[in-house]
Amino acid sequence: MVAKDTSRPASTGDAAKPRSARSRHATSEADNPSSLFVRFGADKPLRLDSGSELHELQIAYQTYGELNADRSNAVLVCHALTGDQHVASVNPVTDKPGWWSDMVGSGKPIDTNRYFVICSNVVGGCMGTTGPASTNPATDRVYGLELPVITVRDMVRAQAMLIDHLGIDQLFCVAGGSLGGMQVLQWASAYPERVFAALPIATGARHSSQNIAFHEVGRQAVMADPDWRGGRYFDFGVSPRKGLAVARMAAHITYLSDEALHRKFGRNLQDRDKPTFGFDADFQIESYLRHQGIVFVERFDANSYLYLTRAMDYFDLAADHGGRLANAFLGTKSRFCVVSFTSDWLFPTSENKAVVRALNAAGASVSFVEIETDRGHDAFLLDEPEMFATIRGFLSAAAEARGLR
Amino acid sequence: MNAHPIAVAPATNRVDLVAISQLVTPGSRVLDIGCGDGQLLKLLEATRQVDGRGIEISQKGVNDSVARGLSVVQGDADSDLVDYPDGGFDFVILSQTLQATHRPRVVIEEMLRIGRKAIVSIPNFGNWRVRAALTFRGRMPVTEELPYSWYDTPNIHFCTIRDFALLCREVGARMETALVLSQDGKRSIPLRSLWFWNLFAEQAVFVLTR
Repeated sequence: MVAKDTSRPASTGDAAKPRSARSRHATSEADNPSSLFVRFGADKPLRLDSGSELHELQIAYQTYGELNADRSNAVLVCHALTGDQHVASVNPVTDKPGWWSDMVGSGKPIDTNRYFVICSNVVGGCMGTTGPASTNPATDRVYGLELPVITVRDMVRAQAMLIDHLGIDQLFCVAGGSLGGMQVLQWASAYPERVFAALPIATGARHSSQNIAFHEVGRQAVMADPDWRGGRYFDFGVSPRKGLAVARMAAHITYLSDEALHRKFGRNLQDRDKPTFGFDADFQIESYLRHQGIVFVERFDANSYLYLTRAMDYFDLAADHGGRLANAFLGTKSRFCVVSFTSDWLFPTSENKAVVRALNAAGASVSFVEIETDRGHDAFLLDEPEMFATIRGFLSAAAEARGLR
Repeated sequence: MNAHPIAVAPATNRVDLVAISQLVTPGSRVLDIGCGDGQLLKLLEATRQVDGRGIEISQKGVNDSVARGLSVVQGDADSDLVDYPDGGFDFVILSQTLQATHRPRVVIEEMLRIGRKAIVSIPNFGNWRVRAALTFRGRMPVTEELPYSWYDTPNIHFCTIRDFALLCREVGARMETALVLSQDGKRSIPLRSLWFWNLFAEQAVFVLTR
């Protein structure tokens, strides 16, 4: 394998060096990530479900903790739709703590004193792994829509290349929520012998019609923005910020719950005593959503949003296995722990339970917990003590079974 | 099942758990329905080297079980057994939980579909103390073993040993073994003496086959 690695050493501490990068735009991260990265040679193309190949694939990743001598303590964390490899270290674009700092770190449920944690940016992303914002080595210009459509299977195949590159045969655990959970299921199905334990959270074995519908609204919002320019906005020095912000606003609603919105915002007015009889953000919830949209476009590539939502839409693990989900896991020796949340209506408990049912039917070792919370789908990213307790217990027991100290 | 899955004696002196564990063939595949914090599964793993799975309705029970390294799914005996394939287990166990299910008959039928054998333990409502409470005090019995008042009990479907035997006949289950339990131990009883033990046993354990 002709793989060129970066000279930067793997970060081992709680937080990678914070970069003075508030002003850095995500697109510069696309080609020159401030994390570790590996670029595969032309002899190692990534074969895609669409039938085409990605040449000179680049994968950007972060690691935390130390790989043990047996190479048996690696945990692969798979990020969600708009996540990235900076799972537990300061994000170079936003300067904010990693997106799963509550879960991953020293003494945390995924304990970096015990496990070697790897998180890579997915293919199609915009934080250093090959995606639509990356430069196409064949043309020396930004891919844009010239990048073939990416699937969850493609993402996982790329991660397997990274894991090979790191010299790891079997992952102790693959963990993730939402799109990350889909990747976990794909890993467990495609490489059962490489996954000792699997931790899919707030996810499903397919994207529901309603979820595809929400994604389509988001994509249409991006593409309706005149600044999208048929996907070649970077050639014009513009970006479909309004469209992407609207997409994020719509999506953000699906990550919360009616109850949580009511608790947080109710019908409260924003910095005013009475409605203005106009279309300003009178209500706090409007102001909040606008803010979510604005901060999102600062860090995310619009085309990448199209590709990653598409990847989720295409995911249907049962369809890949003759229409029977249990067939995806037949004979698996991996141990599973599935976690869902009561107020998650994007990946409701029923979708998670369909996975549990299939695992049971396949005779797999599976645990399942539904966590009581009003915080909706986003609960998996938040401080949820019951989730932490479950995951801590599951991993400790698995570590004992795997003979990890 | 209920958030209080064990509606009888405290977990520490569950003589029925030891009795049940001795009925399980070493190395078999076991499903424990209403497994609580995983006490029985843990005992079975230690003494019978089983490949064990559990279903438990309370989040705390599931968390405790998962933390002990057990494979336990949060679920309900009344609705979730349908998810399990035919004959997936050698033993399906329901200890002190039948009386808390909404549809005991369906639960027993499902157990016999999923498992080669079903092990069911029940508190015996035909016990003379229970009868005495009703007869002489005219009150629903509240004892050390059945500590709930009628209005807050999770136990909605009590039966006697003879009632249970009748249910087994109705669903076409064959009763292979019967044990009666009291605090000082267990004894195996001949099936034809069920009417006698219906008066004296506090708890009973049955092994059923299709």
